[in-house]
Amino acid sequence: MLRPLPLLTTLVLAGPVLFGLAGTILPAFGYLVPGADRPFAHVLEWPGLPRALAVSVISGVLATLGALAGAALILAGWYGTRAFGWLERVLSPVLAVPHAAAALGFAFLIAPSGWVARIPAVALGWERAPDLLILGDRWGLSLAAGLIAKELPFLLLMMLAALPQVDAPARLRVARSLGQGRVAAWAKAIFPGLYAQVRLPVLVVLVFGMTNVDVAVILGPSTPPPLAVQVTRWMTDPDLAMRAVAAAGGLALLTATLGILLLWLLAERLAGRIGRAWIWSGHGAPEGALRGAGLVLGGGSAVMVLVGLAALALWSVAARWSYPDLAPEVLTWRSWSRFGPDMAEVALLTLVIAAAATLVSLFLVIGCLEAEHRFGLTLSQRALWLLYLPLLVPQVAFLPGLQLLPLKLGLGPSVWLVLAGHVVFVLPYVFLSLAGPFRAWDGRLAAVAAGLGTSPNRVLWHIRLPMLTGALLVAAAIGVAVSVGQYLPTLLLGGGRVTTLVTEAVALSSGGDRRAIGVWGLGQAGAALLPFALALVVPAIVFRNRRGMRHG
Amino acid sequence: MRFIPTLAALLVATNLANAQSGAAAIDPADWEAVTEAAEGQTVYWHAWGGSTATNDFIAWIGDQAAEQGVTLEHVKLADTADAVGAVLTEKQAGRDADGSVDLIWINGANFAAMKEADLLFGPFAEQLPNWQYVDVEGKTVRTDFTVPTEGYESPWAMAQLVMVHDSARVEEPPRTAEALLDWAQANPGRFTYPQPPDFLGTTFLKQMLIELAEDPAVLQEPAGDNYEAVTEPLWAWLDTLTPLLWREGRAYPETGPRMLHLINDGETDLSFSFSPGEASTAIANFELPESVRTYVLDGGTIGNASFVAIPYNSSAKAGAMVVADIILSPEAQLRAQMPDVLGYGTVLDMEKLPRADRAAFDALELGIATLSPAELGQALPEPHPTWATRIAADWVDRYGVAP
Repeated sequence: MLRPLPLLTTLVLAGPVLFGLAGTILPAFGYLVPGADRPFAHVLEWPGLPRALAVSVISGVLATLGALAGAALILAGWYGTRAFGWLERVLSPVLAVPHAAAALGFAFLIAPSGWVARIPAVALGWERAPDLLILGDRWGLSLAAGLIAKELPFLLLMMLAALPQVDAPARLRVARSLGQGRVAAWAKAIFPGLYAQVRLPVLVVLVFGMTNVDVAVILGPSTPPPLAVQVTRWMTDPDLAMRAVAAAGGLALLTATLGILLLWLLAERLAGRIGRAWIWSGHGAPEGALRGAGLVLGGGSAVMVLVGLAALALWSVAARWSYPDLAPEVLTWRSWSRFGPDMAEVALLTLVIAAAATLVSLFLVIGCLEAEHRFGLTLSQRALWLLYLPLLVPQVAFLPGLQLLPLKLGLGPSVWLVLAGHVVFVLPYVFLSLAGPFRAWDGRLAAVAAGLGTSPNRVLWHIRLPMLTGALLVAAAIGVAVSVGQYLPTLLLGGGRVTTLVTEAVALSSGGDRRAIGVWGLGQAGAALLPFALALVVPAIVFRNRRGMRHG
Repeated sequence: MRFIPTLAALLVATNLANAQSGAAAIDPADWEAVTEAAEGQTVYWHAWGGSTATNDFIAWIGDQAAEQGVTLEHVKLADTADAVGAVLTEKQAGRDADGSVDLIWINGANFAAMKEADLLFGPFAEQLPNWQYVDVEGKTVRTDFTVPTEGYESPWAMAQLVMVHDSARVEEPPRTAEALLDWAQANPGRFTYPQPPDFLGTTFLKQMLIELAEDPAVLQEPAGDNYEAVTEPLWAWLDTLTPLLWREGRAYPETGPRMLHLINDGETDLSFSFSPGEASTAIANFELPESVRTYVLDGGTIGNASFVAIPYNSSAKAGAMVVADIILSPEAQLRAQMPDVLGYGTVLDMEKLPRADRAAFDALELGIATLSPAELGQALPEPHPTWATRIAADWVDRYGVAP
């Protein structure tokens, strides 16, 4: 019963990616799309290619470095303090806010006519907004900033979930007793082990930063846009032969992504070498400045996303609201009565899909991990990379091909296909967040239980899983949030017939009606937030009498 | 590399299996049979979902369709080409019946591409019962960007380019291409247009080409060797204008509705719309200041019709025809023209309508910022789609990619 699960899981994950890639590679070389004419040459001759690639790389790398540094500095400088408790509380909901909604709120804050700039405008009586290129700057800096604000909480939560595995308090005590400051001790004794645990999430952030479409459309430049956006444009060009060009562009982006991943892995080694030299040197770190930077990055991220969301909430109840007013003239429920009923209906379907995809993923992941534990069926390192394929291969490179595959098999777009597609993306995240805690569980407890005559199944259901309640709930919450945020899989595999909160929100974002976006964006944030609230509250209640279970 | 031919062979084999199932033929001329077949069908209408006013109107059409036993589902697209792509993908996969798209809001290059690739069902439009009221003489409902529709798409609204300005900030708006350039020189950073290939941005370029070209009549023929010479004045004009645009032309708004929000945000003073009633609708929905008004250029502005078409592999052709007919009904056309609903121009001929319906149209208050048909004047014809395609592509090469 358990034995086939690892293989099945690998197939569920890698199968669609490989078939999707095949469905992208064939058109890129001129098969399948009639009228395709040298698609690769077309991509290479596109004059915007150098800068589009540069923007993709810059925004992806900056976002990853910023989010990683921010998350690490918060943990290093503030873990265990009251400020950390506060940061954790405000950052957790940020994670649940869907990318598109967060980006739209962020855009309204930082635009020259946005909330921040309206303060001097009101004070000085400006009638016209200053003409400054902040949003959509040509190097993708505001895009990177928006991505940092969204990805920092993700990495922080991943690190928190992995923290119990690195024996942090003991290591910290030793390092501190050797005279290291708080941040330096943390960076030297804990970060290397912790980074090894969260390495794949970091790479996922890197790939997402380079290849996402929904955030890049809202915050990124447009002359030219980042490559992923341009590939989507080619895909939707009225000239049907351009689909082959899109496929070739998707492959170009895939190649660039692989190149950057390779460079990142090289940079890891370099950083490791420099880090070792630093550790042996015994030098400390500028403690105050680094702690301050952590607080600013973490607090800044939370404030930007949450205030942006507050702005959307205000827009959703705004009557007339023109520049440079800081608030609407009058509040009205009209937008909610106009869009609210539809939104609630779609929210229900969205949550049902998310819950189903998460349950399937949890089943497969726990099955894999338990098989690994019982039979030593450990996934080799290479198989593990295969497992993360859906997150490390850009969506625009294989989803169009994947859309073709079910059609070939005579399956029309349906809610079942969407569900299957969501599992492909939810499963790795569930695996990422659950594998560490599951493996780190103290096996001696199982040995003791077995010694007392307990069956392996009973150990799993009555000891292991209950002890991992916190980790399971976090994994489920992440699963639901990932599912709620899936745009391209829902659109392409549902053939547009399956409507979820995110497909509605992105369709609306092209029109820019902030009132409708406010209603739908808040609905989407709420749908993703609910499981996170449960993941925080449930362990606190269940383990109220067991202090040892409430780590973190 | 051996696996590629093998895989291709596999895909072809499954194609053949699918092609066996064909749909029962349906005759648009036998309307009774059509309505009978339509009952119980679900029609997936793929239409741009970026305008909340349009979405509400489509939901209303759905209510009417439900009375005839047809369920209408609005599939909200970010771009009409998504639906074209879906049909193409299905054709490639050999899914020649039971396709996922039943009705598309379409015109211009998308229609030309689908008609060219035999992706459309028809002819059906002129067999619809409500076709009798359509203004085939006065309105461009039988050609779409000069391409004959031949009954493969049914009109649903007339659009005409109108300029939009905030009268509180701009008292005397520019009324020619030259005046627009002068105005931009006096007010740098206060005007922009949606980034081509967005259709409204491309329409603006076409409008300016008509203004600036020496002989606009050549635009009715497909673009050929004369392309460079004809468009030369447009590029010269744009080269001067671009540094005077909002953000110095380094960024552009994504779509038409975004332009209205820029006015509301105090970022620009001048805009344009392809729906004469859009500004009034936006004022009613709090999206624009009450001081906003519309006007047309001295030389007239481009107008065209929006259509609905049925893909060749639709699973609900009869239902789709019923919906297309409902859209042409005087009741629906009247509703579309109400400024607090859509403010779209009707495709119907007032002379052909029953008296009660005509009176209802006459009684319509068009809205504070909407021009009367007399003020709008005769719409200029759309250039052949080849011009739009080449101009948009050229624009992207010139201004859409930073060095």
